Amino acid sequence: MPMQPLTVETLSAGYGQAAILRGLNLTVPTGRITAIVGANACGKSTLLRCMSRLLKPEQGQVLLDGRAIHRTPPRELARRLGLLPQTPLAPGGITVADLVSHGRHPHKGLLARWSAEDDRAVARALTATRTDTLADRDLDALSGGQRQRVWIAMALAQETDVLLLDEPTTYLDINHQIEVLDLLVDLNRDRQTTIVMVLHDLNLAARYADTLVAMKNGAIHAAGPPQEVLTEATVEQAFGLPCRIIPDPTSGKPMVLPLGRHNTTESSAA
Amino acid sequence: MSDIALSAAMTLARSRHRRLLWLGVAVLVLAGAGVLSVSLGTRDVDWRDIVAGATGTTDTLARAVVAVRVPRTVMAALAGAALGLAGAVMQGVTRNPLADPGILGVNAGAAMAVVIGMAWFGMATLTGYIWAAIAGAALTAAFVYAIGSVGRGGATPLKLALAGTATMVATSSFTTAIILPRNDIAGGVQAWQVGGVGGASFDVIAPCLPFLAVGAALSLMSARSLNLLALGDDAAAALGARVAWARAGAALGAVLLCGAATAACGPLIFVGLVVPHLCRLLVGADYRWLLPFSALLGAALLIGTDVLARLLARPSELDVGIVTAFVGAPVFIWIVRQRRVREL
Ligand SMILES: Nc1ncnc2c1ncn2[C@@H]1O[C@H](COP(=O)(O)OP(=O)(O)O)[C@@H](O)[C@H]1O
Ligand SMILES: [Mg+2]
Repeated sequence: MPMQPLTVETLSAGYGQAAILRGLNLTVPTGRITAIVGANACGKSTLLRCMSRLLKPEQGQVLLDGRAIHRTPPRELARRLGLLPQTPLAPGGITVADLVSHGRHPHKGLLARWSAEDDRAVARALTATRTDTLADRDLDALSGGQRQRVWIAMALAQETDVLLLDEPTTYLDINHQIEVLDLLVDLNRDRQTTIVMVLHDLNLAARYADTLVAMKNGAIHAAGPPQEVLTEATVEQAFGLPCRIIPDPTSGKPMVLPLGRHNTTESSAA
Repeated sequence: MSDIALSAAMTLARSRHRRLLWLGVAVLVLAGAGVLSVSLGTRDVDWRDIVAGATGTTDTLARAVVAVRVPRTVMAALAGAALGLAGAVMQGVTRNPLADPGILGVNAGAAMAVVIGMAWFGMATLTGYIWAAIAGAALTAAFVYAIGSVGRGGATPLKLALAGTATMVATSSFTTAIILPRNDIAGGVQAWQVGGVGGASFDVIAPCLPFLAVGAALSLMSARSLNLLALGDDAAAALGARVAWARAGAALGAVLLCGAATAACGPLIFVGLVVPHLCRLLVGADYRWLLPFSALLGAALLIGTDVLARLLARPSELDVGIVTAFVGAPVFIWIVRQRRVREL
């Protein structure tokens, strides 16, 4: 799958009068994992929505393989690029197998019937996410972590080269967060899927991403390898949070130790 | 790997089998309701008369009764199927478990347009009613959707339901205000407004058929898009759906169905609300199954309530619209108490 990277060129977008993204540029390395971090409401979800054709840019463009995605037919784009929104809705009473099979939609023509290849793609997605034993369970009956794995399975059944995920670990227990992130790394290694995800936890972002993108007020504040991006200065500027950075003893990646007003030997007002 | 492929395929196949079984049951229920509807009523008839009456002979009283009941049964089946299908489509389009041609104000809008046609333009033909009803239904649907979409997050289920209910109250009051000073049309309007299939004949049914056919085709073709819309607009778009077009196409289908059914039988309530929920309990959330099921069971329900309407007040009859309200309300309360229908 040789292709040009996913690039965002001088992108401005927003909702009605409110401009959220202002002239943003970004190149997503192909076949790598990119994590986007930033304070609440800085425009991370808006950026992902623009990158997946959900929101039309006011200026600039997003290019996949050198082609503007807003001029690519939606079904064609959906075979190349998938998005798992922050809060997808689960129709009541749907089974895991039925939900995951929705991922095949962009691969089927208007009247095309369900094929053996569709069955295999669904099975691959279920196996990869270890949800195959849940196939005939109701989605409502699953735990939060299981449910998130099922949503990822749906995105996997779509079999795209690029997968965007908006806060895939939010609201999960720490063990399920790690499980989901490990799963995404497997996917990246086994299928060379390009992954872009919004994460809240800076330490997990630094550990799991090849490239870290820090956003602030609708623009890219810093982007690059975690060692370069996650500095005391960047965290202070992007989040307004004083901190210390030490190497994570388990991975060697940078680790953020926030300084609050209490319970530290150092003062946050330093 | 292939084992798992097999087991996933088997899971999907198992649910297909269960649904096919229910499909058989639904067809039987509909056929049973049809037979009862032709044979029971103010005067019961036996099967020999049914066969003869249905093929057009009217030389005995019983056969003449059958010849009247057949079109009545067909009308109830068509209107019930149209409203069941339209209700399921509207619930999908708005992702609103309470969406119904009644609650979103669409039938009230259709009725207002028909009454305006009768009162101000002297409209008196069924074809006129149908066009007026469809125009009224479409305008109301567009209006409700437009106010429901104002503000953040677009047309959320809650905002749509509020906009729809407010519109329904407003249009119903307006309709009453038009009729009140008009003694000349009040009687006719009132009988039509309660909802009935009693006066049905093939002359009433024929002009509705093209509208019902186009509406049903549009609705059934939307099944896959409705499945995607159920995941939320963002997820649907990310899977390649053209969200706005999918909504518009499905809504147009529902509007045609509601308009034609309302023009022929008056504004019937509860069919479009109760039937899709019942079907969801039987066949699950997949619209490719839910839509045809809602049509089948909608038809069976309206035929059944029409039979009940004839039996309850023997030797006279009730209007079917009154009985659907009485039968529908408790069934609806029972259904909303089931856990599976809380969210769509
Ligand atoms: N649908 C919407 N309509 C209007 N404003 C929105 C909408 N979605 C998000 N916003 C606003 O855009 C800004 C950026 O939101 P978002 O991209 O979701 O931020 P993040 O994902 O970084 O928390 C916020 O101020 C938010 O209130
Ligand atoms: Mg967000």
